[in-house]
Amino acid sequence: MIGSPYTLASNSTATIMFKVLLALLPGIAAHVWLFGPGIVVSLILCSAFAIGFETLLLLARRLPLQPFLSDNSALVSAWLLALSLPTLAPWWLYAIGIGIAIVIAKQLYGGLGQNLFNPAMVGYAALIVSFPVYMTQWPAPIVLADHAIGLWDAFDIVFSGQGSISADAYTSATLLDTWKTQVRLNTAPEVLLAQPIFGWIGARGHEIVALMYLAGGLLLFWGKRITWHIPLAFLAGVALTAGVLQLIDPTQHASPLLHLFSGGVMLGAFFIATDPVTAATTPRGKLIYAAMAGFLTVIIRGFGSFPDGVAFAILLMNMCVPFIDDYTQPRVFGHPRKRSKAGQP
Amino acid sequence: MKTQLFTFHGGVHPEQHKAESNAAPISVMPLLPRYVVPMRQHIGTPARPVVSVGDRVLRGQIVGAAEGYVSTAAHAPTSGRVVAIEACAVPHPSGLFDLAVVIEADGEDLSIDMQPLDWRALDPSALRNRIRDMGLAGLGGAVFPSYIKLNPGAQKIHTLIVNGAECEPWITCDDRLMRERAAELARGIEIMRHALGCTTVLLGIEDNKPEALAAMRGAAPPDWRVMSVPTLYPSGGGKQLTYLLTGVETPTGGRSTDVGIQVFNVGTAYSLYRAVELGEPLISRVVTLTGHVAQPGNFEARIGTPLADLIAAAGGALPGASGEIVGGPMMGFDLMDLAAPVTKAVNCLIVKSPSLFPPKPVELPCIRCGACARACPADLQPFEMYWYSHAKNFGHAQSYHLFDCIECGCCAYVCPSHIPLVDYFRFAKSEIWEREREKASADQARVRHEFKAFRLEREKREKAEKFAKAAEKSKVAGGADAGAAPADPDAEKKKAILQAALERAAQAKQTVTPKNTDNLPPRVQQEIDAIETRRAGVENTESQK
Repeated sequence: MIGSPYTLASNSTATIMFKVLLALLPGIAAHVWLFGPGIVVSLILCSAFAIGFETLLLLARRLPLQPFLSDNSALVSAWLLALSLPTLAPWWLYAIGIGIAIVIAKQLYGGLGQNLFNPAMVGYAALIVSFPVYMTQWPAPIVLADHAIGLWDAFDIVFSGQGSISADAYTSATLLDTWKTQVRLNTAPEVLLAQPIFGWIGARGHEIVALMYLAGGLLLFWGKRITWHIPLAFLAGVALTAGVLQLIDPTQHASPLLHLFSGGVMLGAFFIATDPVTAATTPRGKLIYAAMAGFLTVIIRGFGSFPDGVAFAILLMNMCVPFIDDYTQPRVFGHPRKRSKAGQP
Repeated sequence: MKTQLFTFHGGVHPEQHKAESNAAPISVMPLLPRYVVPMRQHIGTPARPVVSVGDRVLRGQIVGAAEGYVSTAAHAPTSGRVVAIEACAVPHPSGLFDLAVVIEADGEDLSIDMQPLDWRALDPSALRNRIRDMGLAGLGGAVFPSYIKLNPGAQKIHTLIVNGAECEPWITCDDRLMRERAAELARGIEIMRHALGCTTVLLGIEDNKPEALAAMRGAAPPDWRVMSVPTLYPSGGGKQLTYLLTGVETPTGGRSTDVGIQVFNVGTAYSLYRAVELGEPLISRVVTLTGHVAQPGNFEARIGTPLADLIAAAGGALPGASGEIVGGPMMGFDLMDLAAPVTKAVNCLIVKSPSLFPPKPVELPCIRCGACARACPADLQPFEMYWYSHAKNFGHAQSYHLFDCIECGCCAYVCPSHIPLVDYFRFAKSEIWEREREKASADQARVRHEFKAFRLEREKREKAEKFAKAAEKSKVAGGADAGAAPADPDAEKKKAILQAALERAAQAKQTVTPKNTDNLPPRVQQEIDAIETRRAGVENTESQK
């Protein structure tokens, strides 16, 4: 132990995670504005469950609480899952999702930095497989809902199941769900796009939230928390694959723009696929990893049985990360140059 | 003058802290009563003491002679008497003592007959022979014997790079040297150019030293290129500066001489000037003393000056000082003992305080954020090397090019989890070296064993043949009972010798053999205790991880 360097740059895991939370705020604000305060309830619930499970597991593993609880990493997983789940779902859905994310996907793999899979996405995948009905009941935008939901209504609905208002009064099928069921019934895309749940470029309401995630993601990029590789390659993967599919069969497949601004694509591109622990790390590896995740997202949406494919695509690519990293190691200073220089930053 | 630069990957911008010590001119340390001249001040074989206790020495006299090829001499910093040749505290990260010649000054500071040299009239090889015993070694910190670097051998050197980047924070000794002694330094560089027989001279200075740049531009002949390089640590690393100025990468595992480039520090050029034009061996250097002291600054200190005296010369440490760093904050190490002297490698001493160097935050797990890889000037993936070093999977760590790591500390500097990455890499490297040593000695033992088995076999065979021959001979001789009588007196004598030896061995066995750790002088015992506590400390921190 020589000890040098004696000076350290002033950054920490906690600050990195905190900046991710900050960058999510524009999207959350847009969500509250367009869908009502339901998202606040799920954020609070998920955060509380995440801290609770994290504490329990740290105690069980006999690890010090202070450094690990203050690293904000559990909060990031909690917020990402909360933003991926429908709001106004029963409280136990959040508890199960967070439990799987924190206990199984994170702590049982060894805790912070050791997990192979993105915890929030593991939680999401488990829920959509186990409780598909709850997972597709998304509150409609305020402009389309018969009944506006206040903060206390939201708490009431989440904890008592139905509350005083019927679920039909505030939920509607999501865009991706509608697309999937309707095109299989041979509804023409033009007819579909004329429905009120479609906005200018994506799902009404959700498209604005996605734009705000994009804005938050750009903040992360300018703040040097993420590099351009993963978001750009992910979005390009989605757009290219969707474009090719639409060219092949425009009656079955949605436009690239609709794919980009619906479902979890923007959140996934800037906040989930970029999770450093589970993403590829080399510059070329990041491009391959994210482009493949984008490709798989559209393939799952187009041909799979689930409406959205972001979570499964990212989980599948998480599995490939060690392999991708191993084959894309950058040339080390002073080593002979190889023939190909593709993808170097 | 074209000044195209090639930017290397990564690098960091730690706080500079140059202003503390670069304002005042270099002050010459007054003569001290006592100097400690270690024999190991350079890379390679330590020098061999050639004086005895009680000898009178003169300033510039050799007290330790170069031993072998990669070695250089050590000289008396002043005139006086040799009072001890013993293990003394030296500035080394281990805190272990090392052999040194202790000189008590007589206050007269008489010097040997120093002979200036007309180097332009000498051919390069005569010049090199002349400086062989001048004790020159790289003053940038690597302390490789300079006369070897000035001998290109079979490799043709076309470019001489002089390193005035001084990229480590806090250190300003090269800055002041360039500002104040540019003309002398320039002559030193010309001597280097002559010895190497090269044409191009590039001088790289970070742009946070405008005065030094101006001074060197003023002193440089028109055919040099004095280049301003952006302030970005570690631009002063040999490989990084070479790349910055020429765009040439030093091949892995090789030296810049493999691509026809030789790199010297400005301090070395200055001491070469003194050695050749003044005939003065390397007996002093400029040291930055900064940090939590009354008057930070640069001091021209004689080699062997105890560091405690150096701190005193800067007005002493301020209250609340919490230790010292030898070298810069990025690559330096903690000083264990203030009695350790200034050596050729010591370019800076920083007195720490908790506000200047706050205690390090808790180490958290790696989140693979890749900040280290983005900061690494060698394009390595430090987090992968850390992963495998931590798991003691050294083979894998090596496959991520562990040995291309220059230990600059950029990765640990940027790590948000505050992992002491460089410590892991140093540990992994030393473990790998240790295993290679073990393997080499095991190989050697095996070869020895095989040869022994072969020899025994051969001897047995030869003996058998001899016996067979002798038996035949005696048969031929006629079966007379020869041999017994003439051999008798000889055998008697041998028996007596054998008996005496056995008795001696038995006696020796009865008297208990003392261990070499019994009956130690108190100072050595203290030293051992100190090492044991440090080791215990290290083991504790290791086991906590």
